[in-house]
Amino acid sequence: MPVAEVLSPPSPPASVTASQRLSHLRLLEAESIHILREVASEFERPVMLYSIGKDSSVMLRLAQKAFYPAPIPFPLLHVDTGFKFAEMISFRDAMARSVGTELLVWRNETAIAAGTNPIALDTKRCCGLLKTQALLDALRHYNFDAAFGGARRDEEKSRAKERIYSFRDSAGQWDPKNQRPELWNLYNARVHPGESIRVFPLSNWTEMDVWQYIHEENIPVVDLYFAKERPMYVRPAGSGQEALLPIEQAFVARLGEQPQMIKSRLRSLGCSPCTGAIRSDADTLPKIIAELLQFRSSERANRAIDHDQEGSMEIKKREGYF
Amino acid sequence: MAILTALPFSVGDYLADEREKDLLRFSTAGSVDDGKSTLIGRLLYDTQSVYEDQVRSIEGKGTTAPGQIDFALLTDGLRAEREQGITIDVAYRYFSTPRRKFIIADTPGHEQYTRNMATGASTADAAVVLIDASKGVLIQSRRHAYIASLLRVRHVIVAVNKMDLIGYDEAAFRAIELDFTSVLNQIAADTGSPVEVRFVPVSALAGDNIVHRSDAMPWYKGPSLLELLESLPSALETHAAPFRFPVQRVLRPDHTFRGFAGQVASGTVRPGDKITVLPSGRSAEVARIVTFDGDLNEAIAPQSVTLVLDREIDISRGDLIVATQAQATVAKRLQAALVWMDARPLQRNRRYLLKHTSQTVPAFVSSIEHRTNIGTLAHEAAETLEMNGIGVVNIDLLRPIALDLYGENRSTGAFILIDAETNSTVAAGMITAASNPAASTSGPVTAEERAAHWGHRGGVLELTGPVELIDRIERSLFVRGAITARLEVDAEFGISSTIEHLIRSKVLSGMIALIVNLAAGETLTAQADGELIALNASDPVAAIAAVNELLARSGILLSSGNADWEI
Repeated sequence: MPVAEVLSPPSPPASVTASQRLSHLRLLEAESIHILREVASEFERPVMLYSIGKDSSVMLRLAQKAFYPAPIPFPLLHVDTGFKFAEMISFRDAMARSVGTELLVWRNETAIAAGTNPIALDTKRCCGLLKTQALLDALRHYNFDAAFGGARRDEEKSRAKERIYSFRDSAGQWDPKNQRPELWNLYNARVHPGESIRVFPLSNWTEMDVWQYIHEENIPVVDLYFAKERPMYVRPAGSGQEALLPIEQAFVARLGEQPQMIKSRLRSLGCSPCTGAIRSDADTLPKIIAELLQFRSSERANRAIDHDQEGSMEIKKREGYF
Repeated sequence: MAILTALPFSVGDYLADEREKDLLRFSTAGSVDDGKSTLIGRLLYDTQSVYEDQVRSIEGKGTTAPGQIDFALLTDGLRAEREQGITIDVAYRYFSTPRRKFIIADTPGHEQYTRNMATGASTADAAVVLIDASKGVLIQSRRHAYIASLLRVRHVIVAVNKMDLIGYDEAAFRAIELDFTSVLNQIAADTGSPVEVRFVPVSALAGDNIVHRSDAMPWYKGPSLLELLESLPSALETHAAPFRFPVQRVLRPDHTFRGFAGQVASGTVRPGDKITVLPSGRSAEVARIVTFDGDLNEAIAPQSVTLVLDREIDISRGDLIVATQAQATVAKRLQAALVWMDARPLQRNRRYLLKHTSQTVPAFVSSIEHRTNIGTLAHEAAETLEMNGIGVVNIDLLRPIALDLYGENRSTGAFILIDAETNSTVAAGMITAASNPAASTSGPVTAEERAAHWGHRGGVLELTGPVELIDRIERSLFVRGAITARLEVDAEFGISSTIEHLIRSKVLSGMIALIVNLAAGETLTAQADGELIALNASDPVAAIAAVNELLARSGILLSSGNADWEI
């Protein structure tokens, strides 16, 4: 398993004294642990959506902390589209083993068998079948009444307005105009049969907070986040920009297209046909953090699904997407 | 003039600095008209908290002149908002400066969004109140200041915006300052919560005094808005308050370990401290403070930790662990300020669930002291509170809870009300007084005492149907401890005035009067509080459950009704 390299070993979170303030990371950590414990105590069948990305890695560590020395009292669920990078799948299995938590994997086998892919269909319909539909089916199959997700409010405009406890009707849909007020740290966990709550314990974290926490806590993340020479298809993306597409699935190649070896990394992990890489020399956590400070693009700029229409994330969430 | 050379960037130094940064949460309220979205967009843009692709996605859209960026589009996230050019909901924004990280709770300013303002203020250390310099103090600014004071947001920064529209005129600014200071004093007198206020003249559109101090207003010698936000003390007060620790969960991985997981709501705790568990009143000493990263020799608010005590005492979720020498109040009756948040108005004697720290208790609003008119600060007599209404009410709880007044503790003094039927969050509450009616041991027994003792209020349940099912319903009420009086009615003659008198006296003494019309067949009808339901008598379990739910809905049964209905 790739373990994050650390240049200067960060001091472990030492015991605090009253004269000390808590840093922003410790404040965010305390808030997230409070949320994890509330959900585990108030719902009958919670589950943690585990997407293998950096946010899921942080969320999993927070769950270990929340219930220590007891085990995490809920399973992990990975919705597998069949297009995840092979490195992600092996990381996922190793992680679940080392944490000692039950891992459930759900795939929309009917759609996968029918050859669903983002090129044959458009990204919107592909996501609808392989992600949203699969997620709703899994939640219904296991009868989960609460599902943790690692989404953050700084990721996207509609997420900025979503509650920490996001109420979903019996079809899994989000109604942005009719959200429950959420005050102090008092969360309303009441649902009727069939309804559920999506819970976002990392709501108040930013991308930078997540990386800093991974660094401070030495949390393992998938190697794809670190720069190295990787074969990529290089395509023009308008106004002098380029898109780097990882070679993972044969069908993404265009006729006669040859991959090039490029020192690159992924900034966020999704399905391989829809997740672009960036040129980068950042092969350590401090270098990733330094690179992040220089960035002039948001982390989801490389995710095709956010851009296929105006307000597209909000529309997906209304339909049941995380 | 010396030429500044860029210092080599060291990520190690950067991370060391980051570890020292704290967090300040502030709320804003306002509408497009007073430039709130523009102000926030400007803060984000000028602190480099917005990425190029986000700016690109809004360039050329919106209502500003060509070539300019409409900053409001950065913040108005929902389609309906972008289409209508308004802010509907609370949005959370994040930015950071070399000194501090910030979370903005960005809320709309119109009256119909008072509840969203209260939501944003509930977690805020500071509030930025906007005043449009070209219009003076309007009701919206008053409302936001009132909410901030009611929810005890300690620091208020008044940003007097659109100074560019009035030629950066100092006299106009000073007039607003004077006017609004007197408004704040009146508000503080009403809420009992003084605020620390600072005024800053700004132009969000031009960027004056937002991040950098402006040359356009040499008469203003104070800091910019961002400098103010960077220098405010953050919520250190929670350290000074007595130790409070609501138990969220009992951790018992094996028979050797029993720990109480929770978040320190206020104060500090160390191993060896004497603690008391409320409401039971049992005491113990803290043996260990356990975390994943090792035991601590001290925990402070708001850390999430696990406490291990030196002896076995019965503790469960919802209990409050407090410092033995500074205990909280245990009470069953509260007086509280409410902000009503639901389209369905407050109903006295309707069954609500009160969520306070980590527990949920059935509750009834017994009376309304007054409703506050935010415009005039007048206290008006009221029978109900409608959406966005604010008032002071009396609440009876079915079980006692351990609490502090909101003025002394924002964590153990706050609650939400949930409608037991719709599950909506209907109100935010701030405890202003607490008492314990059950403590009275003399005088005649009151209706409240009976209700608390029996778990129900007086009421009439009318049942028509087969005798076997009606017997089982009566028995299900009996088993749960309800006091019922069964009155069988002759179908031909109906209810005589004697029986009616009898029923009234039973109800007055807190019993449930069962008016029974025996009728053969497959149908049972049940009526309470004007609501009539028809049920299938061939499914007695479902019918009994439905009758219990009817009684809970009508406010007759008080305890949560999912217990053992089935006989």
